[in-house]
Amino acid sequence: MIKRSFSTIAAILRHLGARVTRNLLNLGLAARFFVAIIASSAICLRRPSLVIKEVYFIGVLSLVIIIVPGLFVGLVLGLQMYDTLERFGSGDIVGMVVALALIRELGPVLSALLISSRAGSAVTAEIGLMKTTEQLTAMEMMAIQPISRVIAPRFWAGILSVPLLTSIFNVVGIFGGYIVAVLLLGVDMGTFWSQIEAAVDFRLDVVNGIIKSLFFGVAITFIAVFQGYHAAPTAEGVSLATTQTVVKSAFVVLGMDFVLTAFMFRGI
Amino acid sequence: MNRQMLDLWVGIFVVIGVVATVFLSLRVANLTTLQRGDVYEVNAEFDNIGGLKSRAPVKSAGVTVGRVSDIRYDGEQHKAVVTVTLDSQYQFSADSSMSILTSGLLGEQYVGLQTGSDTEMLQDGDLVWLTSSAIVLENLIGQVLFNKAGEKPAAAEK
Amino acid sequence: MAANRESDSLVNISNVDFAYGDRAVLRNINLRIPKGKVVAIMGGSGCGKTTLLRLIGGQLRPTAGDVVVDGQSVPRLGSGDLFRLRRKMGMLFQMGALFTDMSVFDNVAFQMREHTALPESLIRDLTLMKLHAVGLRGAASLMPSELSGGMARRVALARAIALDPMLIMYDEPFAGLDPISLAIIGRLIRTLNDALGATSIVVTHDVQESLKIVDYVYLVSEGMVIAAGTVADIHASTDPYVRQFVDAQADGPVAFHYPAEDYRRMLSGQ
Repeated sequence: MIKRSFSTIAAILRHLGARVTRNLLNLGLAARFFVAIIASSAICLRRPSLVIKEVYFIGVLSLVIIIVPGLFVGLVLGLQMYDTLERFGSGDIVGMVVALALIRELGPVLSALLISSRAGSAVTAEIGLMKTTEQLTAMEMMAIQPISRVIAPRFWAGILSVPLLTSIFNVVGIFGGYIVAVLLLGVDMGTFWSQIEAAVDFRLDVVNGIIKSLFFGVAITFIAVFQGYHAAPTAEGVSLATTQTVVKSAFVVLGMDFVLTAFMFRGI
Repeated sequence: MNRQMLDLWVGIFVVIGVVATVFLSLRVANLTTLQRGDVYEVNAEFDNIGGLKSRAPVKSAGVTVGRVSDIRYDGEQHKAVVTVTLDSQYQFSADSSMSILTSGLLGEQYVGLQTGSDTEMLQDGDLVWLTSSAIVLENLIGQVLFNKAGEKPAAAEK
Repeated sequence: MAANRESDSLVNISNVDFAYGDRAVLRNINLRIPKGKVVAIMGGSGCGKTTLLRLIGGQLRPTAGDVVVDGQSVPRLGSGDLFRLRRKMGMLFQMGALFTDMSVFDNVAFQMREHTALPESLIRDLTLMKLHAVGLRGAASLMPSELSGGMARRVALARAIALDPMLIMYDEPFAGLDPISLAIIGRLIRTLNDALGATSIVVTHDVQESLKIVDYVYLVSEGMVIAAGTVADIHASTDPYVRQFVDAQADGPVAFHYPAEDYRRMLSGQ
């Protein structure tokens, strides 16, 4: 009886150990891949048309999924915040609350999650499919490095697009708050904007928000290309890789958000 | 999707993104662009700065004329030394006074600057020696209680 | 008609072992591909044929032995030299592997644009020439998704010969094609090889089509060369494996039944 429980404990420990080693190996693989991408990025400067094409597919095609949800988030925030604030007679500062919430947290985080679920999964699927249909191998056999021709442009396009989309999300969200507060709930328009202007600080809030979105951009784009490049070359493999992109991006973005917020907003 | 359409859309996208960022920086946040040459620095010593924070506004007659740039503790004088950066277009007399005020009842603290009667103006690096520290709530309460206690014996004596 | 002397062969595979982890794929295999000829490497599925192509192209390294292409030892090449060698090779992949985000024209022009500094007008002429050689000049503006299987295969062929390579490798070029496309591809493999003065390696398990066009045949099974010879040799061979393969017999050295216990014993109760 004791022997049996020992062996089960041993099995559990072995299983855990295997998972830890597997994840560490994966991490090492990811680190090497990251360095390889950076090293192969010279082509993006020589042939910007490659990057521009990807900025279209990652950035421009994500505009809709950023603008519409952004507007709704702003509307809902305005509604919810006003309700609570009005209980303390402070309904007038709803603009400030909405703006701060968006610029500091919701803008970068929600944008990153939305972009990863639309553009990130698309990039993973595309690269995984290219791998499955041997297009990447064909490129290698033609003496062209897939990492520089296919991966690097998408990587840099993502890093460029995410902060821009985040800013658009923030602006649209604030306008959503404006619509609810001023047009629907009767907050004074002048009060709305002046409160925001008084409370939102450039360096503390806007710059930190941009820094966050840059970090998130690197994270979700890297995860997307990594999963696609290392997908198993089958239909199930690509499908698994695509879901993994969205899931892992969510974990990493939210985890990073905590760390970054702790660093940035410590002194307040 | 041919090349020109692609480039056009990407261009539009980047422009919208940059405009949004600029809008956030300038119209939403209070980004002020004071250049090096446009400002001068002045120091002031306080017994207690209360809750004054760096980058708090310096206001004269209610208008923002500068920012707090640095707050230090002077070990020898045992006072707080506050450095403020003032907009060059505003001149204040050498005997100006500075006090730490609170905006509203429970709001943020800021520095109030009141000009004096001296014909000489404050220069870069000058020290303002007429200062009035922040009102600390505990001291205020202590004062009220002390006054109340002082009243009672006087009434008892009557 | 085998290449007896080393200098006659473009590709020389000597005593090569290759294994995926524990699973041995090639065992001490020896092959010579003579210059200017079309050579078929045939065998059942999983016998290591595609692995051979990957070894020649430098994508895999043998665990033992050497792979010499045009006098250079492929496993020992640095990445720069390897890429230079690859530019002299063209490969046709099993499902075409066309780049799906570009048109037929751009697919064929791809290598010219990436590796040469030729002016666009010259690239245009060359590309249309290659497409004309495979009969698809009129399809230049189509996207790969709009092509039939046979057409896609032909475009991939045009792409493989875009830089006039000295070695063309075909990975299952006949797989899944209709009889007309089969005949077309077969004819193209032969005529293009002769027109370009190149050497071709055709990896396939389609006996009928390949024996019509090749000069020399290697029959591979379980990682070793079972038989080698000209088409006539193969037809005349008495080796039981060759006979089973060429005559398409259901049972022989390659057993019909997957190893299992005796059926009668199983039916009559354990």
